[in-house]
Amino acid sequence: MLVEETLKRIQSQNGVQGIIIINSEGIPIKTTLDNASTVQYAGLIHQLVMKARSTVRDIDPQNDLTFLRIRSKKNEIMIAPDKDYFLIVIQNPSD
Amino acid sequence: MEIVHVYTKLHSEFGRQCLFSDRPAELLVDVPADQSLASQFTQRTRRDQSLQASRDMSEHRVNTKRFESESCGLNHEEGGWPKDVNHQVMEQTIRFRKKVEKDESYINSILQLGSVMEHCIRQNNAVDIYQDCFEDGEMPEEHQEPPSAKTINVFRDPNELKRTVTGLSWHPDGGEKLAAAYSCLEFQKTSRDMSLDSYIWDIENPNRPELSLKPASPLVCLEYNPKDCHSLVGGSYNGQIAYWDSRRGSQPVETSSVEHSHRDPVYKIIWLQSKTGTDTFSASTDGQVLWWDVRKLSEPTERLVLDPSREGNPERALGAISLDFESTMPTKFMVGTEQGLVVSCNRKAKTPTEKVVCTYDGHQGPVYALQRNPFFPKNFLTVGDWTARIWSEDIKESSIMWTKYQMSYLMDACWSPVRPSVFFTVKMDGVLDMWDILFKQNDPTLSLKVCDEALYSLRLQDNGRLVACGSQQGEATLLEISSGLSTLQKNEKSLLAAMFERETKREKILEARQREIRLKERSRSEQSRSEDGGREDIDQSPLQLMARAEEDFYVLTETEKKGKEREDQDLSSEKEVQILEQSNE
Repeated sequence: MLVEETLKRIQSQNGVQGIIIINSEGIPIKTTLDNASTVQYAGLIHQLVMKARSTVRDIDPQNDLTFLRIRSKKNEIMIAPDKDYFLIVIQNPSD
Repeated sequence: MEIVHVYTKLHSEFGRQCLFSDRPAELLVDVPADQSLASQFTQRTRRDQSLQASRDMSEHRVNTKRFESESCGLNHEEGGWPKDVNHQVMEQTIRFRKKVEKDESYINSILQLGSVMEHCIRQNNAVDIYQDCFEDGEMPEEHQEPPSAKTINVFRDPNELKRTVTGLSWHPDGGEKLAAAYSCLEFQKTSRDMSLDSYIWDIENPNRPELSLKPASPLVCLEYNPKDCHSLVGGSYNGQIAYWDSRRGSQPVETSSVEHSHRDPVYKIIWLQSKTGTDTFSASTDGQVLWWDVRKLSEPTERLVLDPSREGNPERALGAISLDFESTMPTKFMVGTEQGLVVSCNRKAKTPTEKVVCTYDGHQGPVYALQRNPFFPKNFLTVGDWTARIWSEDIKESSIMWTKYQMSYLMDACWSPVRPSVFFTVKMDGVLDMWDILFKQNDPTLSLKVCDEALYSLRLQDNGRLVACGSQQGEATLLEISSGLSTLQKNEKSLLAAMFERETKREKILEARQREIRLKERSRSEQSRSEDGGREDIDQSPLQLMARAEEDFYVLTETEKKGKEREDQDLSSEKEVQILEQSNE
């Protein structure tokens, strides 16, 4: 329930286009987008987060990745990584 | 062989003070030369060898193999599911997901991640964290860097037999694509194996043309429609006009019929401003300028024969090599001819005699390029023989400004679309010149050798930074110009306007003076003619004229000879005086 509330709150924010939760294997657990897009995002972002995390860790083993933002021309993809799960939100900044 | 010298010392003598004394040298060993060994060696010829106290270096060149690369996207498919879950079956996947959602660690992590994410989302909504905080409106005074240009890309003709790039046209929308027309303009040099294609290149990808256009005969010129970025019209070597739609593919949508087209290669074709956006007109060396509507290419809508005597006589017509049309003056257009004249015409004239408004006696050879200055439409640039000339519409006798005679033939020129005082020319020795007439009039501001063979065509992109030039071997080179030559300077327009006015005035004054002189001459000769009318008649016979000429000639030579003899005498007398002086000393 708490999870549902959280996701609903996120979804209601301005400009949020979609939310995807994937596990460490890259399997989408929960999503608000269609299947094809979800699978695309899951596959690509999973690899990117792994790379980013290993980059941060290689430079300083005590460090770890806390957040990843990808700003593109059309929107912004925000990824919050955890040990087992990733929360991905695609937002179109209104300003 | 060891040389050993043994000496003994008593133990009691150790530590005693050393007493040194001199002794003559003693030969210890003497190894005589063994001549028998010399037979194993031979004397080497003397040789000079230079030595240098530096590291030995050698040069080695490597050229990597060119590999073709292509951009493509990646499509992901579902995967990562544990072995017991078949992801095609909805039930199993749903069951798996439900299981995960019940997991405690899942709930905890999502709650935590959710709060972090919310913070960032709110941040995004509150402030644009990527905005430019310091507006750079007033750019700091740029150091006057020397003008430069660098080659970005070279597009080579993919066929074996290279053809000349005779026409170039930029895509109207942003200029991401370049259309190049390839043909062989040399008389009878086209072989059967030569490809007829012309290409559209994407400027990012020089490896392969984006689209190839297949006309019936090689294209000499090619133009994108400035209103519609998908349609192109091309004039071909056999005189036909063809119309393409780049969405439809390589074959022309329509080609004009051979009977009604030009009878010589179409050297220039331009789109016109019209409500329908489908009108073009073309010029060719057969002396005609034809107007077409691309929806119906079977027949030209209008025809004009370039006859300077304004009779519309095709026998006496001048061959047209270049055209210019300015959309701000839609009724007027100008044609540059093979004979060196520039003809200004009015399209809306009712009778053919009115069509040709005036002619400018331009160059000693064909006028290869003709363009009005986009900022000052009254002035236009022509290029032909070995000079580039700038004209003012009002002055018909001569150009108001011109470059000095260059070392090689100028083939094409165009104004910069952003800077009114800058224009570019290409020459037959492969050099691209950039002229800035506010900066230097005698020489080009920048001169670049683009390639070893002749450059035939030149086109600037609308933003003024990229320039494409096409060579004889089918190479189209794309160069980027430094910002100094492609950004509008302060007061440039007013300075240039003042310069043009000044030159125009000068020409006008010169013209007026010439007219005065001519009038005076005429009136004087008329006067003298009325005074001695009789003598004039007799003198007209050619024999008499010849006799007079001979006489003049002999008189001249005699005077010269006498003059020379006198000189020699003076010299010899001087020499005698010198010799006398010397002998006296």
